[in-house]
Amino acid sequence: MSSTINQSAAELARRIAAREQSSEEITRAHLDRIEQVDADVHAFLAVDAERALKQARAVDAKVAAGEKLGPLAGVPIAVKDTYCYQGLPTTAASRILEGWLPPYDSTVVSRLLAADMIILGKTNLDEFAMGSSTESSAFGPTRNPWDLERIPGGSGGGSAACLAAFEAPLALGSDTGGSIRQPAAVTGTVGIKPTYGGVSRFGLIALASSLDQPGPCARNVLDAALLHEVIGGFDPADSTSINEPLPDLVGAARKADIKGLRIGVVHELGGEGYAPGVEQRFAEAIEILSGLGAEIIEVGCPHFEYSLAAYYLIMTAEASSNLSRYDGMRYGLRVGDDGSATTEEVMRLTRAAGLGDEAKRRIMLGTYALSAGYYDAFYGSAQKMRTLIARDFASAFEKCDLLISPTTPTTAFKLGERLSDPMAMYKCDLCTMPASLAGISAASLPIGLSPADGLPVGLQVMAPAMADERCYLLGGALEAALNDRWGASLLDRIPEVGRPAGSQETSR
Amino acid sequence: MALTPQDVARLADLARIELSDQELARLAPQMDEILESMTNLAQAIDDDVPPMSHAAPLVNVFRDDQVRPSFSSATVLAGAPAVEDGQFRVPRILDEEA
Amino acid sequence: MSVYVNDDLMDYDEAMARFDVVIGLEVHVELNTASKMWCGCTTEFGGEPNSHTCPICLGLPGSLPVVNAKAIESAIRIGLSLGCEIAQWCRFARKNYFYPDMPRDYQVSQSDEPLCFDGEVTVEVDGEEHLIPVERVHMEEDAGKTTHIGGSGRIHGAGYSLVDYNRSGVPLMEIVTRPIYGTGTKGPEVARTYLAYLREMMRALGVSEARMERGNMRCDANVSLMPKGSTELGTRTETKNVNSLKSVEAALRYEIRRQAAVLAAGGRVRQETRMWNEGGFTTAGRSKEHAEDYRYFPEPDLVPVAPSREWVEELRATLPEPPAARRARLQAAWGFTELEMRDINGVEGALELIAETIEAGAPASAARKWWVSDLARRANEAGVALDEVGMSPGQVAALQALVDSGALTDKLARQVIDGVLAGEGEPADVVAARGLAVVSDDSALSAAVDVAIEANPGIAQKIRDGKVQAAGALIGAVMKAMAGQADAARVRELILEKLG
Ligand SMILES: [Mg+2]
Ligand SMILES: [Zn+2]
Repeated sequence: MSSTINQSAAELARRIAAREQSSEEITRAHLDRIEQVDADVHAFLAVDAERALKQARAVDAKVAAGEKLGPLAGVPIAVKDTYCYQGLPTTAASRILEGWLPPYDSTVVSRLLAADMIILGKTNLDEFAMGSSTESSAFGPTRNPWDLERIPGGSGGGSAACLAAFEAPLALGSDTGGSIRQPAAVTGTVGIKPTYGGVSRFGLIALASSLDQPGPCARNVLDAALLHEVIGGFDPADSTSINEPLPDLVGAARKADIKGLRIGVVHELGGEGYAPGVEQRFAEAIEILSGLGAEIIEVGCPHFEYSLAAYYLIMTAEASSNLSRYDGMRYGLRVGDDGSATTEEVMRLTRAAGLGDEAKRRIMLGTYALSAGYYDAFYGSAQKMRTLIARDFASAFEKCDLLISPTTPTTAFKLGERLSDPMAMYKCDLCTMPASLAGISAASLPIGLSPADGLPVGLQVMAPAMADERCYLLGGALEAALNDRWGASLLDRIPEVGRPAGSQETSR
Repeated sequence: MALTPQDVARLADLARIELSDQELARLAPQMDEILESMTNLAQAIDDDVPPMSHAAPLVNVFRDDQVRPSFSSATVLAGAPAVEDGQFRVPRILDEEA
Repeated sequence: MSVYVNDDLMDYDEAMARFDVVIGLEVHVELNTASKMWCGCTTEFGGEPNSHTCPICLGLPGSLPVVNAKAIESAIRIGLSLGCEIAQWCRFARKNYFYPDMPRDYQVSQSDEPLCFDGEVTVEVDGEEHLIPVERVHMEEDAGKTTHIGGSGRIHGAGYSLVDYNRSGVPLMEIVTRPIYGTGTKGPEVARTYLAYLREMMRALGVSEARMERGNMRCDANVSLMPKGSTELGTRTETKNVNSLKSVEAALRYEIRRQAAVLAAGGRVRQETRMWNEGGFTTAGRSKEHAEDYRYFPEPDLVPVAPSREWVEELRATLPEPPAARRARLQAAWGFTELEMRDINGVEGALELIAETIEAGAPASAARKWWVSDLARRANEAGVALDEVGMSPGQVAALQALVDSGALTDKLARQVIDGVLAGEGEPADVVAARGLAVVSDDSALSAAVDVAIEANPGIAQKIRDGKVQAAGALIGAVMKAMAGQADAARVRELILEKLG
């Protein structure tokens, strides 16, 4: 592995600004790495090599001209294929949008470009971000760089896997019920779902509008904070965007001090169904946090047991409506237009051919949840449960500054293992769904490998809305303590792509 | 509850998705199982709990009534499956909607 | 495709004797904001198809709406004008159904939380007052325009359709009445008067042109019949495609007569949507026996609207005078009789045009005369609205000024109107080009008077004998000789001078 691609984004930015290494060289190194490993990992749906190099050269020219650039200028990034970016197909990993070229840029992409970042390409995901394994992508699954037989999480498996495989130092994700955090957990990377309204959704292909939230994916906490500050903040094009300044996230990641903080361990997010290896690493992390001077409290959130039901009803209801526009009339796939078929028939055939099984299942569930006679019992009840879950958080945050739990009940499972069992798949997001429902900030941090299978385990930290800096405060502190203990970062222990975890130490 | 393939067919009609009889037969029990696990919600909720439709407590987000440039019709039609006379060409429509 | 209509119709008076009518009106009004409801695209009419569109009004993946503040303001002002309460807090809702002119396959509307509710207005028909209870005023968006190609150009039998999304996302207000009872035999007229009232109100508020013929204002008319003495509501039909005030009245009359015939024959009225045909009849549309399942739910991409009471009161202070009060005030100011005022009210748009003409300097009676008699007749002949007849209030005032100065007679003025309507320019231009000015050159007039006296010695002698009233015949002769282009008063003066 070259000495470039294993660097942090912060270090790469420093080198570029100091003219120690050019953005072009750094970009080329990552493109080479993609060339080398992505056939195995399949993190990318599209690579934009030429434009990326052109963007890199432009940044190098600005640096040479002495322009003052942003803190991530010249650093490459991979973008989840849910964000509109002109000139590259935006597909949400669905056949129905295959080859669709958006005529506009999403706000987050505009902000990356304005910050002089280099967009390498688009990453794979579950179709329309519906899944927890990236297996429902119409263009084939992404594989976990820790073990290519295993899932990289989902929906943002591509963004997480490209970080773990050192194909990109940073990536953009979008999290509806755990799509940033769960892939981060199972790939040993860092992922943050910002407060709902903290990062603009304009140009993000919607799954469930009241839950979707763009966020940063990185290999370390500081890098995530740097990216979060680039993409975050008020956007008048998104009515649900919060018109307040972002907290000092980078400062919090650097401060990394949790002395005196009260940290609540959520009682309901543990116990039965949680893998022993996950619980063991989680318990160790609690000890470390306590050793760093935090006060550990156990808190109860009694309604969290209903979050899966509430989440799936709200998500599928909104998704059923958001995905109606894929009807073959204005863009994307059209099937069955033989001159005699009606619009209705063409819509039905197009959607049947263009949407995958999971998308269809969720659209049908959402249609049911909203339909006359079932609305109150299903969608209506789910919205009330959402209130109760938000209240659970509110009262927990009266007792503590932060809440923690495992990010996922288990480590990465094998590809195909849960495909025939939707309910088992949905349970991947058991721990991440409550924060999504309440709209608060939450992150996943790597806390080691499970002794059972040698695969990464994640810790979830949750902070009140617009207090995202607390996630970075804890993240920075925990990361420093763990790296101290390990003598390296977790990803330094990842096998070279292609070898299963634990089979062989690699020397690099 | 027991969702039947006929129920699923009605949903597929509403959602405009063509499904074969086999698909209907496969989906019905799957959806039934998922929905069954969600029927416990209503019992866990008191009547006076207000529903939460939005995650952020915002109100009155408006924009000024200002005209901004539109996209060119060539741009908006570029991705269309069928175009005629600068318009989106769609198959024949059977019934008028309200 | 031709349409065969063989509906049995009961005589209207007989229907009125046997049934009570219940009417409901749903009116959609396009607001005249500069930009669309959710995006900055212009709402201007025309333009190349799809040239007033963007990712938002095309519903492209990832696009998001942001509410136009002016649309909310206009909606609240409309609500207040209709005596509605304004919601403290309400949300938009998605109405889910698939249709190719609707880019997201849902319409953003409002469902059980309208912005304005519980209003009422009173309209007067033949001196009788009728109360129209307004259930709600809510906000929504317009759809694109579909053109059917092939077949007869109608929706059925078309080969395919073309969609232009320039109107997609234009703000719409939907104004819905509660069932209107007790209109007696006047139901159709009450409906028409209510629509005329709404139109006048929209224009006074400045929120919409409210032109039915352009689709700025559209009406769905519901009607059902109950046998006299019954209190049980009958099955209603909803008639769409009603695009003028006259059509509303005619469509309701037709439906009342048709339903009455169905019921009298022991039949059952089908709950359905019917289409008004300008040929003067309704045709069956989609059956509504199976209610659509629109799966309304709160629009998650838009946050709730919670107008502060201060804002509502500020908007209330901007409301124009209510139309009835304004009419009464103008009638007094202009000194018109009840009958004259009724004539004005009988011509759509006349009141506004007369007011503008008076503002431009014309005397009230003259303004009334030109618009209500001459120009209304021309508009009628041309089959256009009065304000589209081709002459502006400013031009009418200019014309009258020429008459008042003695440069034109009324008769000449009518010829000037011909010229203006024919596109020959301003009244003064027409006068010059057609040479219509009254001859004020005394020597020419004097010569013409001399000729007339010579040609009519008998009459001349009578005048010399003191029978001044005989001058009329000589004046007529002079006017004829001058092709009407003379000031009759001056001619009379000259005659009397010469024979006095
Ligand atoms: Mg409507
Ligand atoms: Zn637009």
